[in-house]
Amino acid sequence: QRVSVEVLEHLEHLALVDFRDAEGVERLQKAIQFADQLHEVNTDGVEPMDSVLEDRWCLYLREDDVTEGNCTKELLENAREKVEEYFVAPPGNIPLPKLEERETFLQSS
Amino acid sequence: VAARGCGGVWRRARQRGAGQPGPGPSPFPRGQRAVACNAKGGAVPAGKSGLAPWVPVVGLEIHAQISSNSKLFSGSQVQFAAPPNSLVSFFDASLPGTLPVLNRRCVEAAVMTGLALNCSINKKSLFDRKHYFYADLPAGYQITQQRVPIAVNGSLSYSLCIDNKMSQMVTKTVRIKQIQLEQDSGKSLHDDTRSQTLVDLNRAGVGLMEVVMEPDMCCGEEAAAAVRELQLILQTLGSSQAVMAEGQLRVDANVSVHHPGEPYGVRTEVKNINSIRFLAKAIDYEIQRQIEELENGGTILNETRAFDSKLGCTVPMRDKEGKQDYRFMPEPNLPPLILYDAKSLPANMNHQQVINIDWIHERLPDLPSVKRKKLVEQYGILPEHSFTLLNEDGLAEFFESVVKETQMKPKKVIGWILKDLLSYLKQHSLTVKESPVSSFLLADLLNLLEKKEISSTAAKQVLAELWKGEVKTPLEIVKEQKLELLQDQKELEQICQAVIDGHENEVIMMVLG
Repeated sequence: QRVSVEVLEHLEHLALVDFRDAEGVERLQKAIQFADQLHEVNTDGVEPMDSVLEDRWCLYLREDDVTEGNCTKELLENAREKVEEYFVAPPGNIPLPKLEERETFLQSS
Repeated sequence: VAARGCGGVWRRARQRGAGQPGPGPSPFPRGQRAVACNAKGGAVPAGKSGLAPWVPVVGLEIHAQISSNSKLFSGSQVQFAAPPNSLVSFFDASLPGTLPVLNRRCVEAAVMTGLALNCSINKKSLFDRKHYFYADLPAGYQITQQRVPIAVNGSLSYSLCIDNKMSQMVTKTVRIKQIQLEQDSGKSLHDDTRSQTLVDLNRAGVGLMEVVMEPDMCCGEEAAAAVRELQLILQTLGSSQAVMAEGQLRVDANVSVHHPGEPYGVRTEVKNINSIRFLAKAIDYEIQRQIEELENGGTILNETRAFDSKLGCTVPMRDKEGKQDYRFMPEPNLPPLILYDAKSLPANMNHQQVINIDWIHERLPDLPSVKRKKLVEQYGILPEHSFTLLNEDGLAEFFESVVKETQMKPKKVIGWILKDLLSYLKQHSLTVKESPVSSFLLADLLNLLEKKEISSTAAKQVLAELWKGEVKTPLEIVKEQKLELLQDQKELEQICQAVIDGHENEVIMMVLG
């Protein structure tokens, strides 16, 4: 069962991935096929596993002390643009253009 | 399925055919009371004006910031106003190679809150990732509890006055669907002139408790009362300071309307509500807007709207890209959170790593509803008095210390507290802590009154003088202004006789009738 163009476009919007060419889409198909093998196992009445350690390991709990922070200068070194110690971002999310408006091979498929 | 709880139904505020609502925001004719909800729970009989009744349905999603020193998954500080990006760790900035480490205090806060709201605490709860892109969410996902939250199936009781009379209070309950732990996002400051957004991550990663309420409410008044009670509970527990103005308590309202017996209508989500007063306004506006829209033949879009407090209306929110797909997945870096109780307590574990639900339960403070009951029982005051006492920060304590220091009966003291003291405080916008009149001064004054050394009128005069905040005792003021009541019978007779003698004509008129 092939993945439809609508789903591929939806995925590109959601995850901002670029399937780029037929090979990329084929890789996705194969990955889904590989994962679908899980359906061959009968899991009726079996609870999903959250951790291989099952009930043996509790999540580590940290004391409520202030031990980090105060590294504004270092963090801002990663910013392409900054204004007085603020990170600068575009005014809102820039959505991926619609399929019709893009030059992507998905259009022709 | 009719809405639980209020069962109130609404009437349209204007006649059909009165013209389309103009560009102005308010759908109500000026001066008309917005809420037509019947708090008693009976449906308004149909056919009274020929229009089919509407049942509004209101559900709330409340985010309360956890009161803790450090964040939910990192050791950076939690503080309201600080230089931008100064309270941010590498994990909060989502730098590669960093991992979440759960803060014990945040878990305890959620357990306390769950217990106070009569929830079942899940001894095993899970963390998930909720994905969406936004500049103030550096990781591209929020860590939350979508599959199995920490607490479920609780309830919150709150009280409402019927018909604006404090003497007629009715108790209602709203079901709590769940409470979950999750991360707060950073803050975006929109700079429209330069077409950019400035991002401050100080708030990113602060612990939140999301309290999800079932849609059991029917109007703004009910929602406001429920949120007020939740606020008091959180403040009593100390799990959140719940100050709405500082963003520590954020409320989103889900609103829809339907005809009795029909399925629920399409709901809208209303955000950007900054106070409890605006919460009631926003909900009532949205209910009325939906009713008008539907009665004019329109439809309701399943959209998110923002409340504009200046205009008093809701407007569609920009930048909401259709239906979001959050692609929930288990948080791979956090195993399940396991909580214990007295029975299941493990033998050989480090105490610091164990959270005992029963231990927390035993140490819960008296909740507001319990405190009110105790005040009524102990002091013989009315239930509505106890509400006012708890509604003002510090007022109940003030009242109790005055009662301790005076011989006057609590039932009389309460009048002085709620009528005189409180009105002074309100007039001057002061909190109880800022009162220039301390509980000792007031007790002194009330003692003079109780011992009949001054009259009630004189006492009010003295209080007005005390309010100036000069360093004078009530007794000093009484002496200064010669307000002492005369106790000597002979002296009183002499004065009365002098008055009668001095006004012979008036006395004759009075005797003649």
